[in-house]
Amino acid sequence: MSVLAPPEPALTPVYSYPDALTHVPTHYCPGCTHGIAHRLIAEVIDEMAAKERTIGVASVGCSVFAYRYFGVDFAQAAHGRAPAMATGVKRVRPEALVFTYQGDGDLASIGAAEILHAAVRGEQITVFFVNNAIYGMTGGQMAPTTLLGQTTTSSPAGRDRATMGTVLRMSELLAQVDGAAYVVRRSLHDVVQIKRAKKAIRRAFEVQEQGLGFAMVELLSSCPTNWGMTPEAALGYIRDEMVPAFPLGDFKVPETRAEAGA
Amino acid sequence: MTFDVIIAGFGGQGVLFAGQLLAHAALDAGLETTWYPSYGPEMRGGTANCTVVISDEPIGSPVTERPQAAIVMNLPSLVRYEPLVRPGGVLVVNTSLIDRAVERDDIDAIAIPADDVAAELGNPKLTNMVLLGALLARTSALTTAQVGATLERVLPARHHHLLGANHAALARGAELATEAAARDATPTA
Amino acid sequence: MARELLKGNVAFAEAAIRAGCEAYFGYPITPQTEALEHMAVRMPELGRTFVQAESEVAAINMVYGAAAAGVRTMTSSSSPGVSLMMEGLSYMAGSEVPAVVVDVMRGGPGLGNIAPAQSDYTQMVKGGGHGDYRQIVLAPASVQELIDHTVLAFDLADRYRIVSVVLADGSLGQMMEGAELPAMRPPRAADASPAWALSGAKGRDTNLISSIHLDPDEEERFNHHLQAKYAAIEAAEIRYEEHLLDDASIAVVAFGTAARLAKTAIAGERAAGVAVGLFRPITLWPFPTDALRDLSERVEAILVVEMNMGQMLEDVQRVVAERCPVGFFGRTGGVMPMPEEIAARIRALAVELGAAVSDAPEEVRT
Repeated sequence: MSVLAPPEPALTPVYSYPDALTHVPTHYCPGCTHGIAHRLIAEVIDEMAAKERTIGVASVGCSVFAYRYFGVDFAQAAHGRAPAMATGVKRVRPEALVFTYQGDGDLASIGAAEILHAAVRGEQITVFFVNNAIYGMTGGQMAPTTLLGQTTTSSPAGRDRATMGTVLRMSELLAQVDGAAYVVRRSLHDVVQIKRAKKAIRRAFEVQEQGLGFAMVELLSSCPTNWGMTPEAALGYIRDEMVPAFPLGDFKVPETRAEAGA
Repeated sequence: MTFDVIIAGFGGQGVLFAGQLLAHAALDAGLETTWYPSYGPEMRGGTANCTVVISDEPIGSPVTERPQAAIVMNLPSLVRYEPLVRPGGVLVVNTSLIDRAVERDDIDAIAIPADDVAAELGNPKLTNMVLLGALLARTSALTTAQVGATLERVLPARHHHLLGANHAALARGAELATEAAARDATPTA
Repeated sequence: MARELLKGNVAFAEAAIRAGCEAYFGYPITPQTEALEHMAVRMPELGRTFVQAESEVAAINMVYGAAAAGVRTMTSSSSPGVSLMMEGLSYMAGSEVPAVVVDVMRGGPGLGNIAPAQSDYTQMVKGGGHGDYRQIVLAPASVQELIDHTVLAFDLADRYRIVSVVLADGSLGQMMEGAELPAMRPPRAADASPAWALSGAKGRDTNLISSIHLDPDEEERFNHHLQAKYAAIEAAEIRYEEHLLDDASIAVVAFGTAARLAKTAIAGERAAGVAVGLFRPITLWPFPTDALRDLSERVEAILVVEMNMGQMLEDVQRVVAERCPVGFFGRTGGVMPMPEEIAARIRALAVELGAAVSDAPEEVRT
C-alpha cells in the first residue's frame, strides 16, 4: 500500500438496494406508496434469504407490473384470481415461499370469492393487500373500499350508501375464517407505521413458513393522482380519513407465536 | 350378433346393477358391450333405466329407440317400453307390481311375479336377479351360468354371503320363464 | 392391462393419473362429477394434489398456477362450468402453459340440463375466451378413446405448451364400456421441471408466466409466434377416421358420440344397399380440412350429424365450399339423434340421389 493512498473511509452501509428488487424504475406515480410496499417485501425476502425460492403472483391493477420490480419468479394472474393461481403454485411447490400482491379492486371486488376461499382452505400463502380505496389503473373509479362520500369518477357526487353500498373491511371479514392464521392491517402513511408494516410482512411470511395457514397483511396506501392530492396531503388523508374507517391492528394472529413476533 | 335390452323400474330396484352385471358378463365372454344409464335427479327415487348392448363386433350406438328386449319392473316402465320393443322381441314383466296385461301379441311377453318370487327366496332385493334370469332363458346372448360366474367376480365382497341366493334367483327366474314358454306353446284346444 | 368394464368419467380420471397428472382442481357438476370423486380418492392416495375449488373460475386459475409451476395438471367440468373457465383458458393460451381440460358436455344454453349434448364445439374449438388463440380439441367416441385421448392430451399439451381439451359428452361420461387403462407412468421428477416453469430462481434468471404485452407491436409479434405454433400443430397433429368411405356416395360427417350413433345407422343402411360411410374428425382443432376437402370431391353428398344445431356444420361448409351438397341433422338440448332417425335422413338423401335401396327388415340391428 502506498503511503500516498488516501485513508480508507470507515463507513458502514446502513441503507442499500434490496437484492430481491430489480433495478427497473417503477411506473408508479409520484407519492404512491406501492414502491414502499414493494421495498418492504423485498427487504424481508432478503432477510429470510428466500429470494431463490420465492414465487410471486401479481394481480391486475396498478401493481400489474409488480413482476418487473421483484427479482423472483413471478406469475401474472387474471383480475382477482391471484389467490387461486397461488393455490395452484403452492400446492405443487410446497417448498416455495408464495405470495400474492393485490389491490382493493382486485381482492375485495372481482376476487372476493377467490380470496375468501383461499382463506377458508387455509392455503399456505401470504397475501399483500394494498388498499387505497380506489381503482387506480383504470383512472380512479369507486372500489368496495371507497369511503362513504368519497368522490371518484364513478361516484362523482360521492359514494352514496343507498345506491353504492358501504365500505368493505376485508381484514375483519377474513379474520372470521378459521383457515386464516394471520390477518392484520397496517398503514404506510408515516415512518412509524411503515416500520410496523415491515414487521407484519415478516410475520406473514413466517406464518407460511411454519405452515400455520393463510396470512394476509392489509396495507393502507395512498393514491395522490386519483385522490387529486399532493403526496403529502394524501398521506394525511390516510391518517385522518382512512384509518378511522379501516382501524389498524391485528385481527387474527396464531395462538402459538414464534420468537420473531409481529 | 348384436343384442340390446333396456332394463327399467324404480330407483332402488336394482335396475342399474342388473344391467351392469349383464355387461360385465358380456365382457367376460369376450364380447363387446356398452351399459348406458339414465342419470341425474330422476335417479333419486324416481324411475331409472339402463340400456345394455352386447355384440361380437364393435358397438356403434349405446342407445336404441327399438330394443330387442326389455325388462320392466314397474307400470310406468311397461307403459313406456311395451310399444318400443321390436316385433319378435322379448318383454319381461314384473307382475308383482304391474297388474296390467301386455297388449301386444307380436312380442314374447314373459310374466314373472318377481317380487313374490324374491320374497319366497328370502330376500326382496333379488327381484332384479329373478327377472334377469327370465330374460336370459328366453334370449341367446348369454347363459345364466355365464352371468352367475360373473356375479361372483363383480359382487362386492361384503355381499358374498348372498351369492347363493343370487344364483338361486337367476335360476328360478329362468325356470319360470321356461315353464311359461312351454305353457304358451301348448295348444289350448 | 386387461380390458375391464369402465365408466367413462372414472376411466378418464384414472387415465390422467396414469399419464402423470400431479394436480387436479375441479368443481362438482353433472354429468362429470364421478371424475372429481375418483380424483378425490386417488390423488391423495398417491401423494398428489386434489383441490375442490370454490368455482370453475377458481379451478381453472388453480390449474393455471400449477401449470405455471411446471407440473402436469388438469380440470374436468361440463358445459356451464366450462363457460366459466373461458377467462382462464384465454390467459393460459396467452402465457403458453400446458394443461388438460376434459369437458363432459351437456344440454344448453344456460343451465340447460344434464343430458348428453355437443353444445361446446364452438366455445372450445373456436375459442370462447378472448383473443386469437387455439386449443387442441380431441373428440373421443368410446370409453377407450376417452382414456387414450386423455393421455394424448397431456403429451400434446407438453409438446406444444398448449391447453388440450378432451371434448366428451354426458353419454360418454356416464356409460360403461370395455376398455383398457394404460400402465402407470411416473410423474415428472421435481428436478425435471421445464426450463420456463416457476420453481424459484435458483442459479438462473427469474422466470415470468404472464399474458401481458402492453405494447401492441409486441403483442402482435407474440400472436405471430402463437400462429406459427398453431401452424406446426396443424401440420402434425390432425387425426380423423374414415369408415366405409371407399365406395361411398354419401358421407356422414360426425364427431364423438354422434359419430358412433351414426355408425349404427350406417351399418343398417349399408345392409339395405346404400353406399354410405362415415368421416369422423378426431381432432376438432386442428380440423381435418384437407381430408374433408378431398372427400367432398369423391362423394355426391355429405350429411353432418351433431348433438347441437350445427356448430361443426359451419366448418364443414367452409371446407366443402359447395363442392357437394351438405345436409344437416342435429338433435339438441340433450336429445340424442337416434340411429333410426339418422338412418331415415341417410335414406332420404339416398333416394334423392336416385339410389336403389331395399327395405331392411326392422328386426335387423347390425
